[in-house]
This record gives sequence, C-alpha cells and structure tokens, in this order.
Amino acid sequence: MYAFEFQKPTSIQAAVEALKDDEAQALGGGQTLLPTMRQRLASPGTLVSLSGIAEMRGVCRADDGALCIGGGTSHAVVAQEAAGIYPGLAGLAARIGDPAVRNRGTIGGSLANNDPSACYPCAVLASGARIITDRREIAADDFFEGMFTTALEQGEIITEVRFPVPEASNYQKFIQPASRFALVGVMVAKYAGGVRVAVTGASEEGVFRWTEAEKALSDNFAASALKDLTVSADGMIADMHGSAAYRAHLIKVLAGRAVEAAA
Amino acid sequence: MQTPLKTTLSINGTRHEIEGDARLTLLDALRDHLGLTGSKKGCDHGQCGACTVLLNGRRVNSCLTLLCMHDGDEVTTIEGLGTPDTPSDLQRAFVDRDGMQCGYCTPGQICSATAMIEEIRQGWPSHASEGLEGEVAPTPAEIAERMSGNLCRCGCYPNIVDAIADVIAEEGP
Ligand code: FES
Ligand code: FES
Repeated sequence: MYAFEFQKPTSIQAAVEALKDDEAQALGGGQTLLPTMRQRLASPGTLVSLSGIAEMRGVCRADDGALCIGGGTSHAVVAQEAAGIYPGLAGLAARIGDPAVRNRGTIGGSLANNDPSACYPCAVLASGARIITDRREIAADDFFEGMFTTALEQGEIITEVRFPVPEASNYQKFIQPASRFALVGVMVAKYAGGVRVAVTGASEEGVFRWTEAEKALSDNFAASALKDLTVSADGMIADMHGSAAYRAHLIKVLAGRAVEAAA
Repeated sequence: MQTPLKTTLSINGTRHEIEGDARLTLLDALRDHLGLTGSKKGCDHGQCGACTVLLNGRRVNSCLTLLCMHDGDEVTTIEGLGTPDTPSDLQRAFVDRDGMQCGYCTPGQICSATAMIEEIRQGWPSHASEGLEGEVAPTPAEIAERMSGNLCRCGCYPNIVDAIADVIAEEGP
C-alpha cells in the first residue's frame, strides 16, 4: 500500500470539502478499497473516511412510502432493518459477502464501486431507486455506466438511496462460493406500474435490465411467462467459473426462480 | 511525508494510545504494536477470517480495516475472551470437541462464533434461515452459513460446528 493522508470528517459538508482535493478518495467500509490499495491498484493521496458521519447512517421510511437508506449504512443493518418493509432487499443484503464483510461494507461504497458482480447495483436498478448525493439526485437508470463506472463526479458522495417499495420482489443469487460474489444474480420487483428485472454478474457492461422479461412479466407475473424468451451469450462474462453461454442460461433460470419466490 | 496518527481505543478493556502510519491495519496494530498475536494473519485480504475480532461487539476482519478509523472504538480479541485457566464457553467447547488441527484459524473461528451466537440471540436473519423474521433454529446448515467467513484449511468444519452447537444447546439460543 502506498502512503496516504487520512481524514475522518463528521459532517457531509466537511467530507465534500475534503474531497475537493483531486488526490482524495472517499472511504466507506473499506472492504473493497483497502484490498485494492494493498494490491497497489489504487493509490489515493488522501483517504476521507465517511464512517464518522452519523447523518449518513440508518434506515427509515419517507412520506411517499419509499425506503431510505443512508449511504454509510452497513449491509448487516439493512438486512435487519429493511426486513419488515422490503424483504427482497433485506434478503439480498443478508447474502452479500460474509458476516464480517456485512458488518463493515456500506451501500454507498458498493454502489460507487459498481463491481459487475456486486448485489446492490442489481437491487437499485430493479427497484428504480433514486441515488441522492451531496449535490443532486440520480435515477438508477442513469447511474450505472458500465463496469466499475458510474455517473458520480470526482468527490461526489452518495448520502442516501431511496427505494420505492414493490408489491413483491425477490433476489436470486447463484453464489460463486469462493468469492461469495454473484456468478449471476437476478432481482425481480413487481410494482403497480409494471415489473422490473435487473441482472448482475453476467454482462461485461455490468448490471443491466432484462427488458423482454420485464414486458412478459408485467403481462403475466408467472415463471411460465419467461419460457419462450432466450438471453444471448454475446457480451456475457466468461471466466474459469462459467462460460458466457452458461451465464446467459442462468439469467433465465434465476429470473424464473425469483418470480416463484417473490414475496 | 505522511504524518503519524495517534489513535486511542479500548482493547480487551484496556485503553491504548497507538501511534502509527495511516496504513497500519487494526490487525498489524494488535500483533506488532501490542504483541497480541492471538489474532492471525491468513490472507491479509478479507478472505479467510483468521483475523476476526469484535469491534464494538460486531465481528470484523481486522486485516481489512485501518487502525486510524477506530478512534474511540472498543475491540475484543481472542485474548479478551478467556484464558487457559478460565476459558470462555466456546473456547472450552472447541477443546472438548477437537474443533481444530493446526489451530491457526481457531482464534478467528471463536471470535466469529462469539459474535454469531449474539446475532442469533438478537434474531438476525441469515440466508439459511426459513424466513427473514422470527426465531432462528441453530441447525448445522444455519451455523455453517453464519460461519461462512471463517475458513479452515485443515477442514475441521464438522467439529467446529459441533462445538458451536454444544454451546448454543447449553446456553439456549
Ligand atoms: S487475514 Fe484477515 S481475512 Fe484473512
Ligand atoms: S485448524 Fe488448521 S486452519 Fe483450521
């Protein structure tokens, strides 16, 4: 790890100030950034820890019914506190990494990183959630811009994520057992206005919406509605854990399971 | 040149002030600065769980967090859970059940299991639970899932699960 300066502001405003420095980088729970720095794949001049900002932590319900999660909230807290409101999301949070990682890792950190196999981007996209930052609000559909790339500007902090709560939802994750990332993960969320389906772990472009399935499931919310659909293997990730065709196949299988399990 | 940082925190009930580079991990601070070598370094990457400690009562990988992030926090390591003469229930159960071979993963396993039993008491759900809410039945599958962050290269999992199940059975979930 290369040397860096360290700051731990206690307000969003102070963090934004500290992040104005070009060499500064925000630090959430550190479960991805610290190993990345240790491998010398990242070398920020200053780390600005967001863990001292109380106003960025916690789960609550907005007046419009949306579930609001502070950007600095750990996966373990979401798994517990969202369970009664949005079980599909709580179930997803309960399966990220392992228990020690869930106690440190944060939703804001996961979204800002946008790992192509991460779980949270899938939930945000399937829910049509809104990402609130220190300076604006970004719709889920505009936020993810490809592997490890998002609409966030330099120094922009995710302070909160607002999830419209679906009538029914489920996340199916085919776990890559060594890394515990999703080999493929599919989230299905049924809203009054239609069904949304998001897929992680599969595409080289990162998380994406499977729009054909959305259309079919909006007409008929049953696994059988997917039976005539196919997913092309073009552009799918292929590695030692699974070929592109295998991943493409998994998308349909997992989407069907998610519909059947949706609650 | 980086300014050395001073971090004050409580470790096993004793207040410590440690000065070090910002890069100093909690694990290296424990092992190299305080001589608390019970917490082990298996991978230094958050993969194995050998470095698991309790941070404000919650299990974390101490290799994956910086000391300077923890001013004012409370850390408990394996040394703080019990001694050879007065072992904790889990420490005793691991010995009774032979829950180890080389023993390298054991401090992490025991710290992790200590927090895990508390999580079950508080009704935290897991992927293996029947539902997200309600009481958790401590089945072997449930224990295995909840201990998934702690690897054992010696493959002592059956005995580790038995040891943990013994303690849950004795004390009630
Ligand atoms: S040494 Fe920390 S997880 Fe392996
Ligand atoms: S006892 Fe050897 S690694 Fe677990």
